[in-house]
Amino acid sequence: MTSVLYDTPGPVGRRTSRIISAVIALLLLGGVGWYLYNLNEQGLLAPERWDIWNDPLVWMDLLGALGTTLQMAALGAVGAILLGMVLALLRIAPTRWIRIPTTGALELLRGLPVLLMMFFFWALVGLDPFIAVVLALALYNGAIIGEALRAGIVSLPKGQREAGLSIGLGGLQTRLLIEFPQAFRNMIPIIVAQLVVLLKDTSLGYIIGMQEFLRRGRLTYEFFGRDQYAFSTFVIMIALYLAINLTVSWIARRLAKGSSRKPRKAAPPTGGGTNSIDPSFGSARIGGSAGTGATNT
Amino acid sequence: MNVLLENLPLVGQGFLNTLGMLALAVLFALPLGLVIAALRISPVASLRLTASVYTEIFRNIPLTLIFFAMAAFLPTLGFDYFANAIVALTLYTAPFYAEAVRSGVNAVPVGQAEAARSIGLGFSQVLTLVVLPQAVRAVIPPIINVTIALTKNTSVATGFFVVTLVTTIQRLVNTDPAALLWLFGGVAVCYLAITIPLGQLADRLEQKWQVAR
Repeated sequence: MTSVLYDTPGPVGRRTSRIISAVIALLLLGGVGWYLYNLNEQGLLAPERWDIWNDPLVWMDLLGALGTTLQMAALGAVGAILLGMVLALLRIAPTRWIRIPTTGALELLRGLPVLLMMFFFWALVGLDPFIAVVLALALYNGAIIGEALRAGIVSLPKGQREAGLSIGLGGLQTRLLIEFPQAFRNMIPIIVAQLVVLLKDTSLGYIIGMQEFLRRGRLTYEFFGRDQYAFSTFVIMIALYLAINLTVSWIARRLAKGSSRKPRKAAPPTGGGTNSIDPSFGSARIGGSAGTGATNT
Repeated sequence: MNVLLENLPLVGQGFLNTLGMLALAVLFALPLGLVIAALRISPVASLRLTASVYTEIFRNIPLTLIFFAMAAFLPTLGFDYFANAIVALTLYTAPFYAEAVRSGVNAVPVGQAEAARSIGLGFSQVLTLVVLPQAVRAVIPPIINVTIALTKNTSVATGFFVVTLVTTIQRLVNTDPAALLWLFGGVAVCYLAITIPLGQLADRLEQKWQVAR
């Protein structure tokens, strides 16, 4: 592996690096072992701290709340993608009277914490917490997806738009039929990464009193006696979040690979440049501050 | 308007706490992020693996859960709520910084280093004269963007007994709607006063350095 920092190592270098690697691995394993040993000493791994998880009802309860979380995420995701598409179109509209207010609104949406928006819809507008969470997530992530889509459209080769116009399509038709599908495909990794963010942000519903996954977990261990089961509950909640988000990220990576494997034949590499961005890092490197939020919460 | 003035101490404390959390979290998360990035581009496989496992774990669980789990996993440390918030924000933000740094260093074409080596520069010269000056340009704007995200993430501490800007709203939720609207406006302005200038800075630097690369 040649990298900017060092040459491909030769046989001696490879052996040295293997030895160092093994030594460090042993040290790290030792560290993990020591941590587990300590946990065990404190009795955190004892069966009586885990036995509630033998009861399927406890699982059903927690998974039910996970269902609510996923439901919020799914609705928020649909809203965010639709809103993102609309915002992207408005943001590059030829009319200044549309473009400038949209830019302002986008700045506003990206600059505020999602939590504040949730409070806004819940406390001031007086909506149901569920709807408040979904709306806030759709607005915030819609703004970020909109910026990503805009960056995707801007980075397309100019000829795409010219070709559309020259075969007699109108301005909006060219956007929707020629540019938009390409931009969307190029930006799929970023959009999916943003959806992972959205899924994680559903947990903010906890703070405005939603009965979502986190709160249900907390209620579960409090129900069985205050702190005894906290540890096992957290381990299980972390494992479930990881399982879901890593699956979504994995899908994102697969999609990214799929869309770069069959590049548009006629297009010069300018459009493809956006593909090379690490999808798991969100959009932080695209078009100005487009990524402002993609790395959020 | 009055509601803002009447609650000025609370809003002020929220704003100061937000700035304090931001500053301290950057102070700890940035070096940690640099270390993780260094591990992820190091030639030693087990270090790379460790760093990527850390990154994947902390980027894929919600910050809210990290705040929560802090209490369960580090029971003996006995942090107060503010310190708890700093640790949670640091642990969560460091991998994002690391990814920004890593993608920046990887953005420097291999040919640059090869050219530098071929004219006889040593490792430290290659690093300080050729690679780092270019990497820094690619790294700073995303680092600012992560910091903006961090600013907004400090609001999560609201749910964990730290007085933030959002806490003012949480406490005064039952005042009349007109006053509440003022409060929302004031809090929003406080956040935007941090995030928008930072965003502009990132944009400007990115545009400035785009030409130079």
